[in-house]
Amino acid sequence: MSRVRESKPPAAPKTPRPGLKNMGAMYAWPMGLWFTAFFIVPLLIIILYSFLKKGLYGGVVGEFSLNAYKQMFNPNYGLVLLRTVRISLISTLFTILLALPCGYAMARSKFQTVLLFLVIIPFWTNSLIRIFAWMSILGNDGFINSLLMQLGLTKDYLKLLYNQQAVILVSVYMYLPYAILPIFTAIDRFDFSLLEAARDLGATKPASMMKVLLPNVKSGVVTAVIFTFIPIFGAYTVPLLVGGKDSYMIGNIIVDQVNKTRNWPLAAAFSMIITVLSTVGVLWMMASSKKESALKTPGKAEEKR
Amino acid sequence: MKGSTVSINSVSKSFGTFHALDNVGFTINKGEFFSLLGPSGCGKTTLLRIIAGFEYPDEGTVLFDDKNVIPLPPNKRQSNTVFQNYALFPHLSVYENVAFPLRLRKLGKTEIDEKVQEYLHLVQLDAHAYKKPNQLSGGQRQRVAIARALINEPKVLLLDEPLSALDAKLRSNLLIELDSIHDKIGITFIYVTHDQSEALSVSDRIAVMNQGKVLQVGTPFEIYESPATEFVAQFIGETNSFDARVDECVSFLEEDGEVKEYMCTLDVPSLSSSIKVTDYEKTETGQKVCVTVRPEKIRITLEPPVTSRKDINVFTGVVEEPIYSGFQSKFYVRLDNGVLVKVFKQHSNYLDDGPEISWKDRVYISWSPNDGYIVEDITK
Repeated sequence: MSRVRESKPPAAPKTPRPGLKNMGAMYAWPMGLWFTAFFIVPLLIIILYSFLKKGLYGGVVGEFSLNAYKQMFNPNYGLVLLRTVRISLISTLFTILLALPCGYAMARSKFQTVLLFLVIIPFWTNSLIRIFAWMSILGNDGFINSLLMQLGLTKDYLKLLYNQQAVILVSVYMYLPYAILPIFTAIDRFDFSLLEAARDLGATKPASMMKVLLPNVKSGVVTAVIFTFIPIFGAYTVPLLVGGKDSYMIGNIIVDQVNKTRNWPLAAAFSMIITVLSTVGVLWMMASSKKESALKTPGKAEEKR
Repeated sequence: MKGSTVSINSVSKSFGTFHALDNVGFTINKGEFFSLLGPSGCGKTTLLRIIAGFEYPDEGTVLFDDKNVIPLPPNKRQSNTVFQNYALFPHLSVYENVAFPLRLRKLGKTEIDEKVQEYLHLVQLDAHAYKKPNQLSGGQRQRVAIARALINEPKVLLLDEPLSALDAKLRSNLLIELDSIHDKIGITFIYVTHDQSEALSVSDRIAVMNQGKVLQVGTPFEIYESPATEFVAQFIGETNSFDARVDECVSFLEEDGEVKEYMCTLDVPSLSSSIKVTDYEKTETGQKVCVTVRPEKIRITLEPPVTSRKDINVFTGVVEEPIYSGFQSKFYVRLDNGVLVKVFKQHSNYLDDGPEISWKDRVYISWSPNDGYIVEDITK
């Protein structure tokens, strides 16, 4: 029998090698340079332009002016702004409502890789071509109308294209993959035994989804909302191609101010509105989801054990 | 008693070609602390999930107090579960986790508060009510899970290996706590575990399972002292078992003309010798049996054992592996005929211990016929 006494504690582990800590900053500078040149500088130019006087044939005159911002206080522009918010909100809502069951089904499926692949496939086609595809589906002699007419269900063409509904439909279609991916990732990380626990404790199936699944995948939903709302808020191709008079959005104002009216400071000012509103929106959403997960621990937080 | 009787009637369940449960049936009494014990994959968790309502059996019924619960979804059964991985809601505080079932029932605010405080107090977590689950230690999380499962005042509490993720010290403390909670609340506890010492220490009765079948249902004492099969003997505690053939069984103890105990002589081919074992029942000559002897019931000595009895079983051998573990020593003794036998020696006090036995010592091992046990179903 060996009853050897271990008298010396093992040597303390050596401190990690110094000098390996801040390599990240070094590797990050090419990206930093890229963003400075092609994102921050153009943004600064836009800010600058919005405070300048408009040139006679487009462009700007180097003279400080608040004219652009004054011109924005036009009730017509206010209407467009409200409409843009409305279309973006409705589209985002539908996108999320569709993405949630999709993400859930994918996370629980055996064929995750295949389904993920299918979600990504539309990215292989240029977005313009996909919008044109929708036009040929919704158009007067498009797929839906000719099908309905041939079946004898309708006598006249249904006006499916060139209205707000078409803009919302196509926007939902365009941004659905961007919403599915973060929601899928969040649900995939979710511990499904929590749903069993909820059921065991008396929750019905819908209640367990609402009270346990949804709060725990909130970060994914917030990301999906951001990925969907911001691009739709600034969209101009979709309303331009499938929208009508009732779906003129801020993005379209900007294009027209640059190309037709040639009021660059006003276009810059509207760009500022989009940037500021979406930044504020994102910050607000991030802050509110952070606040909820923050801990409200009154008193001391020491462990007993 | 506030609990309910749980009757499991010929329950079978297969996953594809794998038979998780094969015609399982027994009854758990009101207020009992009942354990389902077996190695992993034996079907104990599947049975628990069927009782909870997460799985449906292919055949059979589960009755709570004579009422078939199989058609009911989990939220309509009067049972609650303590999950192996705790399954606490990470987005809710300890308080809200425990209040969750009450909020679903839409109880009043003061009523919820009173009950939550009561159950947090029961599991000694009053001071941690506003923490999130990820700020708690494993033991604390498990207590939250217990409080949450008890707050609905279920008639049956199902525990799925609730202590398996904790370290040994904490495990034994929590086990004692669980036992005292059971005494206080008085409902039926069904406890799934693969740890035989856990099951032995707290259960009123145990069902030992293997490969989807129930091998034995009994009190811890019955299961340890009179195992129904060789598997049970091997799984519960440690044992030495030998295949043997009955030479003869003769009356050993008689009372009022009725035989109370038989003395059997068994031929053990592996020991190339015969051993004597007493039994309450007569076994037919020529029947093949398995005989088991618990290591702690075997004496190990350097000198031939001194005893007045002539029928004790004595073998000689060499200590191949002595294992000192504080309160006892384990010896693996290689008998002269080549068989390895486990012997445990308790260290009670210095003088009784006798001379120290060490590696390569020649020793005598001996046990009384009362300490062997015949398991009869070897022919199966």
